[in-house]
Amino acid sequence: MADAAVQDRILLPSEPKASLLKSRGMVGFLFMLPALAFLLIFLTYPLGLGVWLGFTDTRIGRDGIWIGLENYQLLWEDSLFWLSVFNTLLYTITASILKFALGLWLALILNEHLPFKSFFRAVLLLPWVVPTVLSAIAFWWIYDSQFSVISWGLIELGIIDTPINFLGDMENARASVIAANVWRGIPFVAITLLAGLQTISPSLHEAATLDGATGWQRFRHITLPMLSPLIAVVMTFSVLFTFTDFQLIYVLTRGGPLNATHLMATLSFQRAIPGGQLGEGAAIAVAMIPFLLAAILFSYFGLQRRKWQQGGAD
Amino acid sequence: MASVEIRDVRKAYGSQQVIHGVSIDIQDGEFVILVGPSGCGKSTLLRMVAGLENITGGEIRIGPRVVNNVAPKERDIAMVFQNYALYPHMTVADNMAFSLMLKKAPKAEIAEKVNRAAEILGLTPLLDRYPRQLSGGQRQRVAMGRAIVRDPQVFLFDEPLSNLDAKLRVSMRGEIKALHQRLKTTTVYVTHDQIEAMTMADKIVVMHDGIVEQMGAPLDLYDRPVNLFVAGFIGSPAMNVLEGTIDSSGFRVGNMVLPVQSAPAASVGRPAYYGIRPEHFQLRADGMPVEVIVVEPTGSETQVVARAGHEEIICVFRERISARPGETILVAPDPALVHLFDRDSGRRIN
Ligand SMILES: Nc1ncnc2c1ncn2[C@@H]1O[C@H](COP(=O)(O)OP(=O)(O)O)[C@@H](O)[C@H]1O
Ligand SMILES: [Mg+2]
Repeated sequence: MADAAVQDRILLPSEPKASLLKSRGMVGFLFMLPALAFLLIFLTYPLGLGVWLGFTDTRIGRDGIWIGLENYQLLWEDSLFWLSVFNTLLYTITASILKFALGLWLALILNEHLPFKSFFRAVLLLPWVVPTVLSAIAFWWIYDSQFSVISWGLIELGIIDTPINFLGDMENARASVIAANVWRGIPFVAITLLAGLQTISPSLHEAATLDGATGWQRFRHITLPMLSPLIAVVMTFSVLFTFTDFQLIYVLTRGGPLNATHLMATLSFQRAIPGGQLGEGAAIAVAMIPFLLAAILFSYFGLQRRKWQQGGAD
Repeated sequence: MASVEIRDVRKAYGSQQVIHGVSIDIQDGEFVILVGPSGCGKSTLLRMVAGLENITGGEIRIGPRVVNNVAPKERDIAMVFQNYALYPHMTVADNMAFSLMLKKAPKAEIAEKVNRAAEILGLTPLLDRYPRQLSGGQRQRVAMGRAIVRDPQVFLFDEPLSNLDAKLRVSMRGEIKALHQRLKTTTVYVTHDQIEAMTMADKIVVMHDGIVEQMGAPLDLYDRPVNLFVAGFIGSPAMNVLEGTIDSSGFRVGNMVLPVQSAPAASVGRPAYYGIRPEHFQLRADGMPVEVIVVEPTGSETQVVARAGHEEIICVFRERISARPGETILVAPDPALVHLFDRDSGRRIN
């Protein structure tokens, strides 16, 4: 503090320095302009347009007029919209929990000394590398009511008699799309957590071992707390990706059967493009924002609490 | 507290053997330092005592018990790591309390032990800090505190001071020694720094390439190194070593003859090494002439690098010297303090 005050007193009277600072700020601003333009064009404009559309009755091929909250009033009374909210929450929460549990488990296994470790690590990335649409089509076949390889295998093993109706039954369809999403999302969680695990110094585990910790206690008291900041980030991203998922559902079920797998994203698309009600579709999309903000805030405050990561004096 | 017995211990990583049969006896309450150049196997040996590495061959006893197949946490030892290995997400108090918490000790007992260790180490005002908020020396102390609260049979230290700056290292050296005198816990301490070893140890074990070169009290190692390696490793600046032959009048290097008090008769005529510590030269009128290259006064003493014949030697004198580079001074090694080593085996012969 004292040092800074002294410096201020020395710096203030010197004119050339001040003008240099001013021009420095200017240069900085100029350097930021391209990024700013980029943000405005590709982020702010579509977002703003979406929000604005939500307040109009725009249809495809016809400019709308401002109708205030009418779209939202309609949605409030629309049971299909509320079903999609429920579906989205169920989908996001179940899939995220499974992705977290399985991803962490895989990361822990891959962090051990394992034969062919690099091979397994490469294989693990495959679901992430394959384009979503391709893997969705593969799942479409896996879940086919006639030719499903799972049904075939179970029938051959004598466990079931008739093929499973994966995508035709409401409960089955929900479970199936969640399973497909989990399969696709695990690599991201597992690889990121694996990277996190590798930053934990082995000597911490050795110290804990000498302190008398069992394997479970080391996981509980060393691994988990040290990984928790990373878990917060990974799971935030995972939740955001899952919440806004569209491709997988659209290829597998298009929201069916009986809208059991309609998510907010697919419903928004369906109302806006095939249904032509751009305004209403936009309103559904805008309705997703509070959920996403909540997820981000949750992880932001979760991250902030970790005082031990901040260095320096108090 | 307990004694530690290391009996013909070997360690191999795959086909590569890194410890070739080491035997060390450590008495109850003794402060033993394993010293040697980097990569000689000190840490590996220490980690075998701790149970962090498997023992390929031989036997380690802590107290009366063979611990080869005893899990680390059953061995009742505490270890201080080179990088301290403090739990970054726990406060100083929690770091120290961790082992007691795992043992489900009563809260009051934990608090009492932690407070007592903190007091011994001067950590009381820092108990609520996280490791990140501590300086290197404070972290070092927390690592020791974590060991102290356990009240273990044996303390193990693996280069605990090598991450500290020179000044702090000297003061921590004193603190660790004082701590040992207070607690009297058997201690095995690894370092590559021979000064640390000389100043702190009851007993030094000099290791080199996975074997023990010599074991003994610090001054014994200094006074009577058993081979060329120990002679060169212990002492700073290092011992001067000159190659030549022993003859009846002394030790011949080129056309110089250096004084020797007692060479065994059998070694006369043999090629050998002549070792003399820098501090065992005297300025004498009947000394041999050497040409001064560099003079380094430190205040308390003067270090002179000089050329004797074709060899370069280092001498350290208690007195101040005004000689300049290029001048010639007369120096004489103290014949009673000369070390002779066989040229082929490197073993001591006088
Ligand atoms: N995990 C390991 N695998 C193979 N070789 C190792 C391993 N750990 C140590 N070594 C080898 O063992 C030797 C002794 O290592 P170390 O005990 O760490 O030496 P020091 O502590 O004396 O510097 C070194 O040559 C090192 O390369
Ligand atoms: Mg080492």
